[in-house]
Amino acid sequence: MNKKKITIINCGSGNILSIKRAFEKWNVEVSIADKKEEILSASRLVLPGVGAFSHAMQNLKSIGFFDAIYSSKFKEIPLLGICLGMQLLFEESEEFGKFKGLDLIKGKVIKLPELSSNKKKLKIPSIGWNQLILSKNALTGNNSNFFKKFDKDNAFYFVHSYFSNPINKDCILASYNFGGHLIPSIVANNNIIGCQFHPEKSGAPGLNLIKNFISL
Amino acid sequence: MKKSRLIARLDIKNSNLIKSINLEGLRIVGDPNLFAKKYYQNGVDELIFMDCVATLYGRNNLSSIIEDATKDIFIPITVGGGIRTLEDVKNLLNSGADKVAVNTAAVKNPSFISEIANSIGSQSLVLSIEAKKKDNNAWEVYTSNGRDPTGLKVYDWIKKATKLGIGEILLTSVDREGTQKGFDVELMSMATGITDVPIIASGGLGTIEHLKDVINFGRVDAVAIADAIHYNRIMINELKKTITTIATNE
Repeated sequence: MNKKKITIINCGSGNILSIKRAFEKWNVEVSIADKKEEILSASRLVLPGVGAFSHAMQNLKSIGFFDAIYSSKFKEIPLLGICLGMQLLFEESEEFGKFKGLDLIKGKVIKLPELSSNKKKLKIPSIGWNQLILSKNALTGNNSNFFKKFDKDNAFYFVHSYFSNPINKDCILASYNFGGHLIPSIVANNNIIGCQFHPEKSGAPGLNLIKNFISL
Repeated sequence: MKKSRLIARLDIKNSNLIKSINLEGLRIVGDPNLFAKKYYQNGVDELIFMDCVATLYGRNNLSSIIEDATKDIFIPITVGGGIRTLEDVKNLLNSGADKVAVNTAAVKNPSFISEIANSIGSQSLVLSIEAKKKDNNAWEVYTSNGRDPTGLKVYDWIKKATKLGIGEILLTSVDREGTQKGFDVELMSMATGITDVPIIASGGLGTIEHLKDVINFGRVDAVAIADAIHYNRIMINELKKTITTIATNE
């Protein structure tokens, strides 16, 4: 049987190896793409990312990713954006100024709230393990297979100071509780899924989500 | 209260996992990755690999150990010891580290902190502070694995480094490290009182009570454990259970 193929988009992010290793756990062939052609011939794409928004966007520009997303072929390829890779999917980010994103999901990337719902100061960046609260449409929408074997007690590893805020709330499939605020943690728009947390660093529950993405 | 993270700390010398007392007198424990994999499977939240002799030899030698670790370990990994340049940082991240911990080079040149933060983001930058208690409730910063005094007050260094853009602080009490006498709770509570960045308490766990004290009174965000788990004195699931109970009761 042919191995399934995963293509990681090289946006200059430092955590590509960890993501590659997590996919390889499920016996798939992983390649790293830094050309438009490689991106468009992929069967599944992963957009990683740690670090600054503007820096990652520049790198994506230089490898021709912008041309790729306007191709009709692109709309058929399942894409998983991880952490900053999820934030890049949005219209714009407020991190260190105002920067345009990929505009694949409508909405902005904004700073985490500084105060909890009962007005206590919150620690930013938000670092740690959080349980997810699934939206109603998570298990009924067209990405429901992404949640196969999902257990509500599972926690996932987050580290972020900014979060993505989709205009269309139906895009939000899961959130976590940050000082009483619900922070979008998994978003989706057709073939595109984004995770604010790091599935490749969230132990067995994270590896399970990666497995689910491979079989979407 | 937010659940504190449980971190396994692995101090390494020449590719061996070692254990020290007051950061001195090193004993070999075994192959670091055998221990790391066991801790991952037993459910720790993160791992810290610290090259103890790197500053002495001028370079961090952990890349190959980390590359090996990431084949089977899928939780955040912090690497420290002997990191002097941005290139060192990038090499370690490319080997699979998620965060780097700096100490000596940052004390010598504080702008190194902002240089790293600007390049890879604060979230991947841990400041490692080795603190020794002086008179009148003040602590001094040491470098080179607890060997060299700096004259710098821990209080001032935390204040300054917070402004420069660190993402977390690994705060090791040199006095308590390896002694099993409990964490330096006063040191931890001073630190959590003056900065908003997460504090990882390190050094001194002997009993479960020590863990409760450092979370309840030190208010730390994470706890780094070494010899207590290397020598199976305390089980990881017992530590985890205690942390969960504290988080739910408050």
